[in-house]
Amino acid sequence: MVQKVHADADAALAGLLFDGMTVMAGGFGLCGIPENLIAAMRLAGVQDLTVVSNNCGIDGFGLGILLESGQIKKMISSYVGENKLFEKLYLSGELALEFNPQGTLAERIRAGGAGIPAFFTKTGVGTLVSEGKEIRNFDGDDYVMERGLVADLSIIKAWKGDTEGNLIYRKTARNFNPMMATAGKACVVEVEHLVEPGQLDPDHIHTPGIYVDRIIAGARFEKRIERVTTRPRDTAPAKEAV
Amino acid sequence: MAWTREDMAARAALELQDGFYVNLGIGIPTLVANYIPDGMSVTLQSENGMLGMGPFPFEGEADADLINAGKQTITELAQSSYFSSSDSFAMIRGGHINLSILGGMQVAENGDLANWMVPGKMVKGMGGAMDLVAGVRRVVVVMDHCEKTGAPKVLKRCNLPLTGAGVVDLLITDLGVFEIDRKVGGMRLTALATDVSLDEITAKTEAAFTVAL
Repeated sequence: MVQKVHADADAALAGLLFDGMTVMAGGFGLCGIPENLIAAMRLAGVQDLTVVSNNCGIDGFGLGILLESGQIKKMISSYVGENKLFEKLYLSGELALEFNPQGTLAERIRAGGAGIPAFFTKTGVGTLVSEGKEIRNFDGDDYVMERGLVADLSIIKAWKGDTEGNLIYRKTARNFNPMMATAGKACVVEVEHLVEPGQLDPDHIHTPGIYVDRIIAGARFEKRIERVTTRPRDTAPAKEAV
Repeated sequence: MAWTREDMAARAALELQDGFYVNLGIGIPTLVANYIPDGMSVTLQSENGMLGMGPFPFEGEADADLINAGKQTITELAQSSYFSSSDSFAMIRGGHINLSILGGMQVAENGDLANWMVPGKMVKGMGGAMDLVAGVRRVVVVMDHCEKTGAPKVLKRCNLPLTGAGVVDLLITDLGVFEIDRKVGGMRLTALATDVSLDEITAKTEAAFTVAL
């Protein structure tokens, strides 16, 4: 009988890693990243990775640790932001970087997992992003053709999962995880709570288990926060203020 | 005595309408949330996958699973919903968001916007900005009128890589407000900031504009 559950991150990645591979890693900033699987990839020492992820972690955490160890050859991302090492490696030419608009990146992954090889979008028309790509006019507006995106492996973080691989994400930690789960030739998931079938309401499943090959209960979740922003307790609750 | 960041945010808030779904960018646009008029229902979208952004959490209640697109911890409201990045950008690209307010590095008289990189020097990435300007029905840019060096940022043509071509409807700077006709191009000055003269704003603006004060 197929057993999707593995003992730990190392066991879950065994046999799936090879130099030069393409890996999709879920998360937005540090929110919803598969931190146990990233740490295991660092230990495994796999090289020359092309990594598809909206960001590249921060200095010292998340995908940032694979940048530090020199394991990443190329990033496909929408945002470098405040990651100093990411910016430095890119500007010095040590790291290849393919910028995708965030929505185009999300849709490329969704399309890849859904068997759609290409699509047209208005995003990026008339900018560097559309250079060298097919432009087609529909109903009076120009659109650029973008390709679906697939990977050798996707590493995903969910809140709850059952042993069949059905997944539920929590709040904004969902982000890129559901699409990436569909677009990897192999999909490995770490969850905070691993439960038996029947314990998750089938109506509430975000990612059906068909997409998931291997699953682990993460050993440790640091869940670091990039920017803790709070308000003092004595203020009146704001409306929708930030 | 040009407008402050708060003044600019307050001016941008005049673009809000009851029932609007709105995406606010990082920086000054984020401050617009503090100027939503009482009694007006405005739902804030965060492109990392949330509608109905609430205020910052109380001290000690920050949740690592609940952040906005600026990576700041936030809270949910009774009407909030969560969704994936592809659903989020379907909303944006599909024209379901009424208004996007975002920052800028340069704006040109034809409605072009640049706000994601300075080649060889600074690279932030476009994040969701290219999708927002391509898909949201009305695009408002809030930025300083000039560089710290005094160099103009409101130009005939942008010289930085574009975020979008012909996408800006309204530009709010610390010196004034310009409407832009993104279809045929052309800027119209519709308001001057406190104690700013027409001579001053003309001297600090490279773009051509008509005056409709």
